[in-house]
Amino acid sequence: MLKRYFQNISWVDVFLRVFQIAALIVITIGIYNTVTTGRYTSAQWATLVFAGLAQGSVYALIALGYTLVYGILLMINFAHGEVYMAGAFTGVFLAQYLSNIGFLDSNPFLGVTALILLAGTVSTLIAVLLERIAYRPLRGAPRLVPLITAIGASFALQYTFRGLYGAEFRAYPAVKALSGLVNVFGFNVPLVQLVVLAAAVVFMVALYLFVERTKMGKAMRAVSEDKDVARLMGIDIDKVIVTTFAIGGALAGVAGVFNGLFRPQGVYFFMGFFPGLKAFTAAVLGGIGNLPGAMIGGLLLGVFESLFPNLILEGLGIPSANQLRDAFAFTMLVLILIFRPQGIFGERLAEKKA
Amino acid sequence: MSKRLFALLAALIVASMLLTACGGAQFECDDAIGCVDIAPDEPIHIAYMLTISGATAFLGQDSRGAIEIAIDDRGGELLGHPISLTGEDTLCSAEGGQTAATKVAADPTILGIIGTNCSSEATAAMPTISAAGLVMLSPSNTAPALTLEGETWQPGYFRICHTDLFQGSVAAEFAYNELGSRTAATIHDGSPYADQLQQVFAGRFQELGGTITFQGAVNVGDTDMRTVLTSVAADSPDILYYPIFEPEGPFITAQASEIGGLEGTTLMGADGLLSDSFPENAGPNVVGMYLSGPYVSGAAYDDFLAKWAAKFGGVPPSGFHAFAYDGTNILLNAIEQVAIVDDDGTVHVGRQALRDAITGTTNYTGLTGRLDCSDNDYSAFGIDNPSHGDCATGEALAIFEITQAELDGNWPPPVVYTP
Amino acid sequence: MNLNWRLIIKNGLLGGIIAFYLSAIGMAETFSQRYLISTFLSTGQLFVAVGGVTAGILTARALKEDYKKSTAYIGSLLAGVFSSLPLILLIFLIQVLVIQQTGQEVIFRWRDMFVNFSPGLVAMLTFGQGLGLGIPLLILASALLAGLGATFILFPDRLRLAWLNGLIWMLGIGIFSENVTQILGQFGGRGLARFLFQQRTLNPIAAILIFAGAFAIAYFRVHKTVQNRWTGMPARQQKRGRTIGLVLGILLLISLPWMVGQFLSQALFMVGLYVMMGLGLNIVVGYAGLLDLGYVAFFAVGAYTMGILTSTGPLGQSDLSFWAVLPIAVLVGLAWGVFLGFPVLRMRGDYLAIVTLGFGEIIRILATSDWLAPFEGGPQGILHIPNPNFFGITMHQPQTMYYLVVAGSLLIAFVTIRLRESRLGRQWMAMREDEDVAEAMGINLVQTKLLAFSIGAAFSAMAGAIFAARLGNIFPHSFNLLISINALALIIVGGLGSIPGVIVGSLILVGLPELLREFTEYRLLMYGLLLIVMMLFRPEGFLPEETQKRELHADEEELAPLET
Repeated sequence: MLKRYFQNISWVDVFLRVFQIAALIVITIGIYNTVTTGRYTSAQWATLVFAGLAQGSVYALIALGYTLVYGILLMINFAHGEVYMAGAFTGVFLAQYLSNIGFLDSNPFLGVTALILLAGTVSTLIAVLLERIAYRPLRGAPRLVPLITAIGASFALQYTFRGLYGAEFRAYPAVKALSGLVNVFGFNVPLVQLVVLAAAVVFMVALYLFVERTKMGKAMRAVSEDKDVARLMGIDIDKVIVTTFAIGGALAGVAGVFNGLFRPQGVYFFMGFFPGLKAFTAAVLGGIGNLPGAMIGGLLLGVFESLFPNLILEGLGIPSANQLRDAFAFTMLVLILIFRPQGIFGERLAEKKA
Repeated sequence: MSKRLFALLAALIVASMLLTACGGAQFECDDAIGCVDIAPDEPIHIAYMLTISGATAFLGQDSRGAIEIAIDDRGGELLGHPISLTGEDTLCSAEGGQTAATKVAADPTILGIIGTNCSSEATAAMPTISAAGLVMLSPSNTAPALTLEGETWQPGYFRICHTDLFQGSVAAEFAYNELGSRTAATIHDGSPYADQLQQVFAGRFQELGGTITFQGAVNVGDTDMRTVLTSVAADSPDILYYPIFEPEGPFITAQASEIGGLEGTTLMGADGLLSDSFPENAGPNVVGMYLSGPYVSGAAYDDFLAKWAAKFGGVPPSGFHAFAYDGTNILLNAIEQVAIVDDDGTVHVGRQALRDAITGTTNYTGLTGRLDCSDNDYSAFGIDNPSHGDCATGEALAIFEITQAELDGNWPPPVVYTP
Repeated sequence: MNLNWRLIIKNGLLGGIIAFYLSAIGMAETFSQRYLISTFLSTGQLFVAVGGVTAGILTARALKEDYKKSTAYIGSLLAGVFSSLPLILLIFLIQVLVIQQTGQEVIFRWRDMFVNFSPGLVAMLTFGQGLGLGIPLLILASALLAGLGATFILFPDRLRLAWLNGLIWMLGIGIFSENVTQILGQFGGRGLARFLFQQRTLNPIAAILIFAGAFAIAYFRVHKTVQNRWTGMPARQQKRGRTIGLVLGILLLISLPWMVGQFLSQALFMVGLYVMMGLGLNIVVGYAGLLDLGYVAFFAVGAYTMGILTSTGPLGQSDLSFWAVLPIAVLVGLAWGVFLGFPVLRMRGDYLAIVTLGFGEIIRILATSDWLAPFEGGPQGILHIPNPNFFGITMHQPQTMYYLVVAGSLLIAFVTIRLRESRLGRQWMAMREDEDVAEAMGINLVQTKLLAFSIGAAFSAMAGAIFAARLGNIFPHSFNLLISINALALIIVGGLGSIPGVIVGSLILVGLPELLREFTEYRLLMYGLLLIVMMLFRPEGFLPEETQKRELHADEEELAPLET
């Protein structure tokens, strides 16, 4: 058995393995150095972890949209970050209005629900329009063609919202009921981060149940397994695809509001681009096409980003370690994909189709 | 049929060539780098090269509005010719600046340029601009190298605003002398401007006797600043200087309140954040923050603001408009000064003469105080290169403090220190 | 008369929604002062007109088959009337939400949200006549525009083409007035330019002349006549004609920069640079089927190699000349292609896409970082990169640098063609079709993939090196994701795998935006819409490679019954 294993590996595998081990050693050295210097208190580490989790839950909600669409159409919906932006950008106006009339303070739950409804609706609308205009006519085309229309749609949406709502930066108002700190395991954590994390998990579980338990969810799974057979079974493919885009869009809108709650600044037309890229990375990290994978991938990426520059890069003596955060996140992605080319939870299936 | 058409076209072209050949031949141009001749019915043509689109569009809109007001102030006319203003978008990137420069340089009717906003644009644009014999006056380039011979200075370049040498130093002196800070940290955003400014700040702060505990950076597009703020907080510095833009600036300002260890740290930004939307976007933690930036006041400036409100509504979106206004006036004055006017109203402007006239502007009083475009000496900053084309004299700089009033909508904030 | 009302209303409203959209995002009002023809037609009005014209075209096309021509015209005019409804809605929205709020103390100001819902837009849409007269005028104008659209479909063929030709030339010269002026200036035709344009605007007489000229040329079928005479020629004469054509083509290629002036030469230079990159990426994506979204990484590597080795500033590491460094940059690019190709050998499809995208970002972030700043300048970039020197001539103008990219493109095209025909090229294509089968056939996937990556990378690095030498100084933010996207989009728009396609794609996606600089903040919007529209109408690209086209269509036939 062992002998056969050795026969099968090539020098490429050896090289990649050596590369990996070297990377792991470097990372260990970095962590060791940081920890031994004791530059940061455990409270500071806790701050970073919880902030990372809140950020990660936003990534995860967006990543679900990527993964849902990929699972069914095998295409990268490059414009999904813009769907998120559309909801967040529209929501900021309602939020400012509700805050000005005092509603957001007197009825925080209703106020936030209204925000989620508006942002979710706008994002859903944009996602469905996107599918109808830019993707549906190209369903039979080569795989790269919808990728290009997706990129085109991404630009078009950004600058449409710039034209519609202007180029200025806006900010969500602070929700008084969500401010304040909560004691978790002896650490003071902002309440809003916990609320965002909990609410995001609720949405994710609801989606999981929807896909696993309902008839529509079953249809979606069937379509992602095999479109032709699904059609033969009497499933309306168009309806399933539209539903998929709508769900993905709604989750992106929700993510936009959550993001506005715990990180109110920087709402503008370009705000969807980088979170979109990150969420896509998270989806790939978890194994694209896999729902729990997207959730875990998102949370993991959020914590990676928040923790690792200080934990690893500073320990290696790199100046301005924070600047290399995204570079490091991508490097981690490469390292993990070398281990598992199909992502953490990915199935071999995706590889066959891709 | 087609033959006849071609014949007609050919005749048209020949006729037009003859027309151009006949016009204006008496004037002898003896300028070293050529002349611009403006026929009686033609406008005096100046151009702008500003960032009109993209994330830094507020800079370009700020400058362009001021140029238009300066032209309006002359009734839109100079030497009996209408003033025509055309412009290019430079996108705040080196290649954008270079492309815009080739377009402006290709138009032989242009006399001078107001621009650029970003220093990297000017660095890439100036070789082309200079070779075309043009002059360019910048309202907001702050990179010191642009006016240093042997660095990226090119003949024909002038700067109305302050180099980073001034602003970074003023900020450091304020922090050390006025606030009594002894330890400082800086954050930049990877733009040449912010990086340069924090370097000057750090250098001057250490010269004064302070300690720099941390010099870090964020990326444009980052939203989570807790990581970098935690690094800053490890040493709890007295002051944190981050001369960056929106939206990263508001993120740092707001998230600083959440990080343990920054309670005693004063926040300080620079002119990139000096815009009326900043306090509201940054939220309550902005109260007590300081901003360094251009400072203009007086009756003439109030008059300018009134014109702005009448023409565009509201207030200028950034802090460089006064430099653009003064720059336009210096350019137009210089054109007026060197122009040779024929009896029929034809105007001739020597390009080298125009450059010399701007260099010779030594005692101009504009909105931004006294301006002197002759050669400078920066040996006080430890720079030995000869320096040309810096017009600012360091007068129009100040430190602003943001108070609760600004959070409630007041703008501009009160000035707490002037050098 | 029995009209298909549903269709008319649908198409009418669709056109109206387009006009509503373009007005609401500000394209109408922003360009309402940018006149094309005297003060009679502005670019802003042209944008609004798109809605009515579209309604007319769609309706006429749908009604053409089943109805009489007159009925189709009437249907189109009615669709035009419907197309005005969304605009009227917009006028009332602005009236109710914005204009009534002016001067009042309100908690929520609608104008803060919809920044382009301005009184000026209402004035523009109602022709400055107030609501009472303006709205009937708007309805009438929309109907007429739809009628105009209908003529594009319903006029007799010969008249239709001439009519379209005339309109396109007239509007085109109006929009590109600055470039036309420059080209004329290059030929000493400033007088002609002054006759055509007043302050960048076509004067009415010139507009009519241009329209008439273009109309006549198309109506009298000048090109047909020429074509007929050509096919009528004996074969020997044709051969000579072809040689003359080739010589003229080469002469044109050589003299082009001096004919179009400095600015357009710069635009051509950028087009050429992207042709070089497109040809390189074409090997990776088009031939080998490896989706690379991080192509800018190698462009940056080439640029920084040139910068570090030739800069005369403090960061310069050697005093080599441009010509010595160019091959070094290509070799460095080759090495980086292998280096970055290695970790992704086992990844496929979209995993590959995101990882390569990550590489592009990593390189940009590293270039910006303070960590590497001592070697390559960090945010301050590398300054003082000398322009190439060609036998004593310093190539500091775009006109001279143009030759460099033309030479580079020709070289790369030659290498590409040779590679495509070689064994390696066939291996790439086999791998593109099916990796597992290719491996089973004895193709060494590791070697084949790495070669595709590294050759593509080398070409990109060459383009980057030339870019650095032209710019004279490089900053990290020049190497952003947009470059990768542009390179990928242009090869797909041109037609994947096709070399002429790369040139066409580059002209459309790089050249055109340079000419449309005046649309500033709307340029990327147009770019995005252009990508969508082009892919919808020509998914195989403009000039697809023959084999590729056959394959794609075979693909479609196979999938078509299943996918619809």
